Amino acid sequence: MLAVSDLRIHYRTLSGSVKALDGVSFSVADGEIMGLAGESGCGKSTLGKALIRLEERMQYVGGEVSLDGAALPIADDRAMVPHRFRKISIVPQYAMSALNPTRRIGRMIDELLDSRGIRGATLRPELERRLAILGLAPDVLGMYPIELSGGMKQRVVMVLSTLLDPSLLIADEVTSALDVASQKKVAGALVEFRDRGFVKSMIVVTHDLAILAQIADSILIMYAGKLAEKAPTRTIIEAPAHPYTRLLLGSLPEVGIRFEERRLPGIKGRPPSLLAPPQGCRFRDRCPLAFDKCAVEPPFVEIAPGHQVACWKADAHAEG
Amino acid sequence: MLKVENVSKLYRSGAFGGKKTRVIHDVDFEVKPGEVVSLIGESGSGKTTVGRMILRLTSVSEGRITFDGEDISTLKGPSLKAYYRRVQGVFQDPFSSFNPIFKVGRVFRTLRREFLADLDDAAFATRLTGALNAVGLEVAALDKYPHQMSGGQLQRLLIARALVLDIRLLIADEIISMLDASTRIDVLNLLGDLKQRGLSIIFVTHDLALGNYISDRIVILQKGAIVEMGATEAVFGDPQHAYTRGLISAVPQLHRRWSDAELKDLGLVADTARAGGRLVAYRENHAVRVYF
Repeated sequence: MLAVSDLRIHYRTLSGSVKALDGVSFSVADGEIMGLAGESGCGKSTLGKALIRLEERMQYVGGEVSLDGAALPIADDRAMVPHRFRKISIVPQYAMSALNPTRRIGRMIDELLDSRGIRGATLRPELERRLAILGLAPDVLGMYPIELSGGMKQRVVMVLSTLLDPSLLIADEVTSALDVASQKKVAGALVEFRDRGFVKSMIVVTHDLAILAQIADSILIMYAGKLAEKAPTRTIIEAPAHPYTRLLLGSLPEVGIRFEERRLPGIKGRPPSLLAPPQGCRFRDRCPLAFDKCAVEPPFVEIAPGHQVACWKADAHAEG
Repeated sequence: MLKVENVSKLYRSGAFGGKKTRVIHDVDFEVKPGEVVSLIGESGSGKTTVGRMILRLTSVSEGRITFDGEDISTLKGPSLKAYYRRVQGVFQDPFSSFNPIFKVGRVFRTLRREFLADLDDAAFATRLTGALNAVGLEVAALDKYPHQMSGGQLQRLLIARALVLDIRLLIADEIISMLDASTRIDVLNLLGDLKQRGLSIIFVTHDLALGNYISDRIVILQKGAIVEMGATEAVFGDPQHAYTRGLISAVPQLHRRWSDAELKDLGLVADTARAGGRLVAYRENHAVRVYF
């Protein structure tokens, strides 16, 4: 189980620090696939990355993270080493380019395991078994990355990232660059690996709510470095309480909706700059429901079991 | 207006380029004025190649493409320039369409020098303002650098660039794949508005939901061949080819969750590829490939 409390991560830039994560608290239960969604720049990828490795320009400002009851020293790059890959692992956004183009895939994996003090040969049967589960023949280990399609590479990286049965897997936009058929295979693979217990829990970072509707148990919506809403998937899709979640869902064209018959509304305006974020609710300027009280920041509170929202109008809204 | 007539593309392959690989097979369709036609297929289906052939960025090996009856492969010099005044493209990555060193307005100055040198300042300014208004941007946007704008804004600028030329056909190649859901819909709605003003659009995408939202007709491509095409309602409402059905079922929908078996089914659409066959009319305005 993962627990994050009041996590704050800023980016150092020439014009000041960008408050990409500004006090974020949530937890992911064992066996849970949590979807993490929001627009570009809302902090979702920053959150995913912060849990495994802080990039140089990312600055830890505060907050605690614990995994399976033990504190995760995310601010200490060295202390994180034993946790990475073994307890917490990531499938990066561009998994296609995560494979060394000059090595056959099998050899690359052996070298990687070797660097962690594990003999590749001991894990080879398990590796082949897991590739087979995702529909990949053992032959791929003898191939170079260029011989595989994008979706196949994505699945190979998934098998590799989860080979040591980590407690938490972060999947960062793993389906975004794929076409629908490969997307579905990768999405199915994520659920398969959770069901088989190769990974205890998962955070799936994406801007694609339709994919999360298929595979996630719960969805966390972020906006401008803050949490907007978290609830079980069905609640988010069918009874969202935050106006931002509602607008986000309303802007998705589904099969069967036509421009001539129903013009979908977008969300007017742009998210605020995180260099100097405004006081109060950060969605206020774009929100159709905004009123005086929104000048005060709404707390992220539970309005129903498992359903948390940061909006002053959430209660009334959910009922209506 | 635009006719793609039995077009094929062959590339040389093999060690000495002795072999030829056919990547586009006999593609044949038409775009009428004010019509949005979606080319839909997975990566490698040839949808982008077809778009590039229409833009003359890739040559046609067999068959021909005509615009208002004129074979575009014969165009040269001034007549080619005239073609580009009528037909323009916008591509997937808006950031790589701009030079990051210069302000975005430079794109419009280049355009004027190349295509609209005969216009006086006032006339050009009117056109420019009109095009920017049509895409919902202010003239002040031209003074920004690419990194100061969002992907959606840059994409709209590129559409405005095409509109300044008073084009009749826009090739939109995956122009919203890299954008956020909330900005995607803005660009899609913009295409819808332009269509209502009489612009024809070829919308190239792998996402059927997006193709369905905006288009009048749909062309489904698999491995370089058309497997099904017709009116949007016909193809979506009553898909005949196994590949089309597979693609539609692979589109994630908000309100219908895949069953566990569906989700973990790895077979899927790729296996339906078959060579040969031919397109036959299934109903009016709906053709499907059948095999013998």
